[in-house]
Order: sequence, then C-alpha cells, then structure tokens
Amino acid sequence: MDVLRITFLRIVYSALLLAAVVVLNFVMIHLAPGDVADTIAQSMGGADAEILAQIRADYGLDQPFIVQLGQYIWKVLHFDLGSSYYYNRPVTELILERLPATLLLVITAQTLALVIGVVTGVFSARRPNGFLSHLVTIVAFFGHAAPVFWTGILLLIAFSLQIHWFPVGGMRDVTVTGGFWAHSFDVARHMVLPVFTLSTTFLALYSRLCRASMMETLGSDYVRTAKAKGLPMRSVVYKHALKNALSPVITLAGLQFSAVISGAVLVETVFSWPGLGTLAFQVIVARDTPTILGILFFSALIVIAGNLLTDLVQRLVDPRVRTGQ
Amino acid sequence: MSFLLKVENLRIELRMRAGVAPVIDDLSFELAHGESISFVGESGCGKSMTALAIMGLLPEGIGRVASGKIWFDGEDLVAASPARLRHIRGNKIGMIFQEPMTSLNPVYSVGEQIAEVLREHQGLSRKAAWAEAIELLDAVRIPNPETRATAYPFEMSGGQRQRVMIAIALACKPKILIADEPTTALDVTVQAQIFDLLRDLRRQTGTSLIMITHDMGAVAEMAERMIVMYAGRKAEEGPVDKVIAHARHPYTQGLISCVPHLVAHLTEERQDLNEVPGIVPGLAEFGQGRCLFASRCARATERCLTTRPEEIAFSDVHRSACWHAEGM
Amino acid sequence: MTSKNETGPLNAPTLSKEKASSPLSEAWTKFRANHSAMVGLFVLVLIMLGAIVGPLLYPTDPFELVWRPFSPPGADGFLLGTDYIGRDLVAQMLVGARVSLVVGVAAAIVTILIGVAVGALAGFYRGWVEEILMRITEFFQVLPTLLFSMVIVALFGASLLMITLAIGIVSWPAVARITRAEFLRIRELEYVTASRAAGATPAKLMLKVILPNALPPIIVQAALMTGSAILFEAGLSFLGLTDPNVMSWGQIIGSNREFILQSAYTVTIPGIAIFVAVLAIALVGDGLNDALNPKLRQR
Repeated sequence: MDVLRITFLRIVYSALLLAAVVVLNFVMIHLAPGDVADTIAQSMGGADAEILAQIRADYGLDQPFIVQLGQYIWKVLHFDLGSSYYYNRPVTELILERLPATLLLVITAQTLALVIGVVTGVFSARRPNGFLSHLVTIVAFFGHAAPVFWTGILLLIAFSLQIHWFPVGGMRDVTVTGGFWAHSFDVARHMVLPVFTLSTTFLALYSRLCRASMMETLGSDYVRTAKAKGLPMRSVVYKHALKNALSPVITLAGLQFSAVISGAVLVETVFSWPGLGTLAFQVIVARDTPTILGILFFSALIVIAGNLLTDLVQRLVDPRVRTGQ
Repeated sequence: MSFLLKVENLRIELRMRAGVAPVIDDLSFELAHGESISFVGESGCGKSMTALAIMGLLPEGIGRVASGKIWFDGEDLVAASPARLRHIRGNKIGMIFQEPMTSLNPVYSVGEQIAEVLREHQGLSRKAAWAEAIELLDAVRIPNPETRATAYPFEMSGGQRQRVMIAIALACKPKILIADEPTTALDVTVQAQIFDLLRDLRRQTGTSLIMITHDMGAVAEMAERMIVMYAGRKAEEGPVDKVIAHARHPYTQGLISCVPHLVAHLTEERQDLNEVPGIVPGLAEFGQGRCLFASRCARATERCLTTRPEEIAFSDVHRSACWHAEGM
Repeated sequence: MTSKNETGPLNAPTLSKEKASSPLSEAWTKFRANHSAMVGLFVLVLIMLGAIVGPLLYPTDPFELVWRPFSPPGADGFLLGTDYIGRDLVAQMLVGARVSLVVGVAAAIVTILIGVAVGALAGFYRGWVEEILMRITEFFQVLPTLLFSMVIVALFGASLLMITLAIGIVSWPAVARITRAEFLRIRELEYVTASRAAGATPAKLMLKVILPNALPPIIVQAALMTGSAILFEAGLSFLGLTDPNVMSWGQIIGSNREFILQSAYTVTIPGIAIFVAVLAIALVGDGLNDALNPKLRQR
C-alpha cells in the first residue's frame, strides 16, 4: 500500500527529471550559435538568405519558441530525437544500436566494482591494519588520481600490444565462428580490459566506504547482541553486520552511475568499444547536434533508471527506507 | 555446596595507550542455582567488564582475562574454546544490555531475531522457531504477538524493545540471565514494568540472575545478594537487606544515602539527599596498592593511602574491604 | 583550585588576542605535522614553479617541428623525446602544465562559486527556496558530467573559457550539497540566533556570520575540485574537445594515442604528470581535511 505509493511517486519524479532533460536539450539547441538551417545549408555547400528562410519554414524554426518546444517534446514522446547529420539516419535508431554495448560495459563494471569493493571492504574491516587495507588505500589513491583514459592506454600497451593476452579493441572478432558460447567468450575476452579500466576508478571508493561502514557496524550494539546470542562468526559478520553496512555503499553506487557513464565515454574511446561513448566521440567531432543531444538524453535515462534501481534495492535491504522512516 | 557460577581471583586487563590497566582486580564471587545477585557501582568501575568476561565477549584486542577462573557448571570458561563459548552464549547464559534502542538489529524483524537463537541452539525448524518466537513475545507481554513479530525494532518503543531483548535472552531457557543496566535507558514507569516482568519470569523458570546496575533502588527490588564494586575491586558483599541495614563500607553507605526512600523506609527518618562526593579514579590509577576510594572517603587514614584493604568477614555472608569496616 | 587556574583570568586579554589568529595557525601546525600532506604541497609547488618559470628557461616553441618524429627520451639531446610530428615533449609538458593548472584552478573556483551560492541559499532560507534549488541540484546530478560538458563545449565552442565554465557548470552539485548541510547545521547555532536577534540582514548573516564557519569543508572541497577539474580538462582535451592552439597534458595524450606502438612514452609521460599533480592535490586536500575538521581536532 504505502510501499506501492512511494514507488509510484519515485517513478513519476523520475519521469519529471527526464522531461527536464528534454527541455534542457531544447534550450541548449536554441542558445547555441547557428541552427539546423545553417548546418543543412553548410552541407549543401552554402545557401542564400531566401533558401535559409525556406529551410527554417520547413523545419518549423520560424515558429515561436514555446511552439517549437511543444513540437520537440511531442516528437521525443514518440521516440523521435531527430536525424543525424553525420550518419543521415534517425538518432533513436543509431543510439539503440549502440546502447546494449554501453549497458553491458557499464553494468558489468559497476557489478564487478561493487562485488570486489564489498568483499575487500569486509575483509579489511576485520583487519584494519592488514595488508589488504593498505593495498586498498593505495588503489584508492591511484583510482582517484590517474586519468581513466591513461590507465586504459597503459593496460592496452601492456596486455594487448606487448604480451597479446587480450584484443586491442572492439567488441567482437569477426573471424570467430561457432555458436553462442564461442561468441560470448569472444565478447568476454574483449571486455576484460575496458571493464577492468572502468572499475579501477571507483572500485576502491566502494571498498573504502564498505570498510569504514563495516567497522562501524562491527562495533555496534546489535552486533554485540548477535555475539551474545552465540551465533557463529559467519552469521555475525555477514547476516548482522554486513546487511547494515551495505546501505551507504548502495547509496554511493547509485550516485556513481553518472560518473560511471562519464568514465565509459573515455574508456570506450580508448578501446574502440562500439557503444554510446565512441558514438559521442565521433559525432562531437562532426558537430552532429541531434545525435549529441540524443546521447545526453539516453545517458540521463540510464542514470535515472540506475537511481531508481538503487532506490528499490535500498528498500529491499533496509526496512527503515522501505517504510519511509 | 555446589555453585552454578564461581569466579576465582578474576583479573581483567584493558590495553590502553598509556599501558595496561586492570579494570577488574582480583574479583571472586559465587552464584547459586536460582539465586539473584546484583553488582552495584558507579559507571566505570568494571561491572560490565565482569559480565562481558563471563560471556567471553571482552572487546577484542583491547580487553583480556589476565588471570583467574570462571567456573560455570564445572567448566572453566576462561579456558573454553570459542566454539564451546558460542554454544554456551545465548543458550546456557543469556544477556540483556543497557541500550534497547541500539541493541536490536534494525534490518531484521523482531520475530526473526528471536527465532534465530532458537534455530541456532535448539535446532528448531524455521516454522517451529517462528511459532516459539511468538510464544516468547507473548510471555514478555507484548500484545498481539503474531502481528508484532513481523515488526521492526524502529517500530517499537524502548520498553517493548527491552522486552524483545528479554525474550531473546530467555529463549533457550538459560541457567543464568545477565542483565546489564536493563532499565537505565527507560522511563520510570516502564522500569517498574520491566522489573515486574523479570521477577515473574524468574519465578517461572528458576533462572539465576546477575543484574548490573548503579541504582540502589533496583538492587533492593530485584536482588537477594549484592556486590558493591569500586574501581575494579569488590568493596562489599552480602545479602541485600543486611548490607542496606548496616553497610560496612563508606562507599556503600554513600550509595545508599543517595536513595532517599530506601533510607527513609529503613531508618524512619529522612536524610538529606547527599551524593558521594568526587569521582571514580581514572583507569590509570586502577590496580595501585592502596584503597582506591580513599581520595573520596571522610574516614581515610594513613593506612588507606599505603595499603590495599583486605576483605574482612562479618558473618558467613557479609564481607567488606575497608580498613575501618569494624568501626561502622 | 590550582595556581594555574588562578592566574588564568589575569592572562585572559593577551590569551584572547592569540586566540584570534589561532585557528589558522593551529591548522597550519597540524598540517605541517602531516608528512604526506607536506610532500603533496612540496610536489605541487614544484609543478607550479615548472609551469610559471619553465617555459621562460626552456624557450622552445611547443608547436614547432624541431626534429624527426618518435625520437625516444634522451636520444638526440631531447630530454623527453619528440612526438608524432617531431615536436619537443619537454616544451609541450611545461606549457601544458600552465593550461592544466590554470583551467583546474579556475574551474574549481567556478564550481565553488555556483555550489556555495546554491547551497547557502537553500540552507539559509529553507522552505520552497530549498526545495526548488535542491531539485535543480538533483537534476544536474542526473546528467553524466563528462557528456554534459562535452555537449556544452561542442555547442558553444572549444575555447579555454568555455571549457572552464563547462567543468564548473557540471561539477557544482556536490559543493551545493555540502554547503547546504553546513548552513543547515550552523543556522541553528546560538550565535546565529543572537546575530539575527541583533538585527543582522540576511546577506550579512549568510556571508559574515554563517559562511566563515562553514568554510573548512568548502576549502577541502575546493582542493578536491581542483584535482577533478584537472582530470576533467585532460579528458576533454584527450577527446579533442579543446582549443587546438593551446597545449595541455590531456591533449598531448590524445594527439599521440594513435601512435602508442611507436612511442608509448608520449602517452605515459603526460599521464604521469596528471597523476602526480592530482595525487599531490589529493594529499593536500586530505591534510586540509585533517587540519580543519573540528571533530578530528579534539583528538
């Protein structure tokens, strides 16, 4: 009842945020110097004022701002984000083609970072001055200070160009034959370096937060109660301490979605991963505004979906959030 | 006479930045089957450490039993293996803590937190443990136990949470229940209810009780025998009525005079409410070879400042560690 | 009771004068005792010296083709070698440091200005002002920072000014949240109530009464923002979203990355420079955090 209502409100709020992104997109197109007519004229090799006016009328650019905004929103509601100047194809089509690759990269990297971060965090919380704790601190500083594209290039030089363990880039090898598993293995091989590179930037962040959070819960009264109940250590640590310690880590992971997407843009560019990031790189160089804004829209969509997901997971883990306490 | 619990010359050391401090210094006492005993003293005198030592739950890496023995049912808990201690904790010895607000895990329902102990120690199935948990909630007088079992701790009041803690501690019908300041964090009216509950449950189950408190009123209400602790040492020990009627240690006298209704009832005349002046010495002073109470004591003489007082017995059951005990 | 206490009141006037400057000097004392923070500061000063004086002492034009391409470090008299079209890498690194540091600091200032303004207004006025401002903040957090700044730069031109503004526009939400939290905490304190009762205007309350006390976490945040702005600028120029007439560390990596087989050093060296600079700033930030955090100061 209440849970459903809160979830519903969250979804409505997410939709509003997305609508705001659409409006922002439109405002930016308007503020930017030059418009569609200029671009089209340019591609035709120049045009005089009369033709420009004609194009503006065709595209509805002579309408008042608010009418144009309404038309734009109406189009977006029908998944029409315009047409790419560079590829000469509908933007939605172009993006949906690339979206799975980015999602695969982003979700795998997030999951990997979370799992490794939580596991190392739990272990280093039990030995705050142990080897693992210090290693995580060092990795954290590296992940914070090293530019992610640079880490990627170094790994590329070391593992692809020098010792040939992994492919240099791309997502699949066209020469690979065989069934589903052969292709999956091929994609997995291509994924190793990009996923690892992307993970390094925030893995240690999760680990350190999880460590701090675990140290706090391990010292809490309810963990003392769990021990006083004579529960085995496994149950004390994982059932009683960890479930409480996860909350802040999940919150942080949700906030990181936007940073992960940003990192993905750079990592995809380095490893020629055929996702939204490489697409963004190509169309930005070509000043292909509709596609750029389409990518911004879809990446915001991923972040919003990620936040919503985080919210739901948070509700599953913590009953206090569930009932809005 | 066989004792359920017998502590012999227990010394607990805390590792501090400045060195090692004996928070419990040469403590011996016994607890009989079905007996109710109370540890009294201001905070910081080592009462809780005694309880944690019995449970084998001294803070890891900071506190340890340096010497002495804790005999429970013929077995030395100091030497017991971690697995053996786990078997005893929550099963043979239950414990409730001071802070009901934080002692329950916020992310599990209270029913689950009770059922968990039953599954662990009695091998009950999920279903049987849940049914038993509801019985226990009923036993600690929580209304609508079936529905309340699914509630989370934050949905309950402090008194109700402490009832849940009691249900957890008593779930496996332990031989000893240790209650560390069980009512300190609660309202006065709720305190009385919790005491009533504990008394009734004790009558039904025959569990021995070790209650740790700084409240003389609680002692008078709950315990048969009391041990007054000061700065990690036993100051006085004896039956509650005897000690209240004729305390043989100036510290005990001070504690008693803090509780007007006790004194009024016993002496028929109301005295001024006077606290014991001064504060408990810092941990760094623990373990020195003198009377640690001397700095706050009106009767202190030269001997108190140079030699640690020995325990003097006044009857089989009443003992005091004060050089001036005879004169009181 | 003790003699020390008895002389206390007599010394009070001079003591309080010392106290006036003491928070800063106390923080500096704490900072100085922090070895890693001092190392960070030292490295940072070195990098800044290199950026300011370097190009004067080493006047080679970073854009000039001086030698054959892909000459490795040390060979033919070029300390760090030459890039893919034969430009001197030492000259590029020194001039690049200027851009990286200036954009980093300027973008951090923009970030702090926007973030503090939004956070302060939200935390001070509460109510619907706070509601609206925090919704806007959430909105900005939904847009992936790098993509958003790429869009801004792509649409409005890749000048250093636009890059700086773009980084500031996408980075401020974190600062706004921290500032708001501090304002919410401090506005309830008694001396604020006292100033309010004494008739201080909202502007005075915000800028003169609350803000100075909210500064420590903001200063720490400013340090962190400088580091992340340097990374940000590097990322943008790596992608080619930069003024082609301006040399920066990220741009050196970006323009040479097609040739890493022939010259891995052209990518490695500027990367190390970025890494060291950001790490040094992070260490200084950590040191500032320890030195300024009132909770830690007690220990």
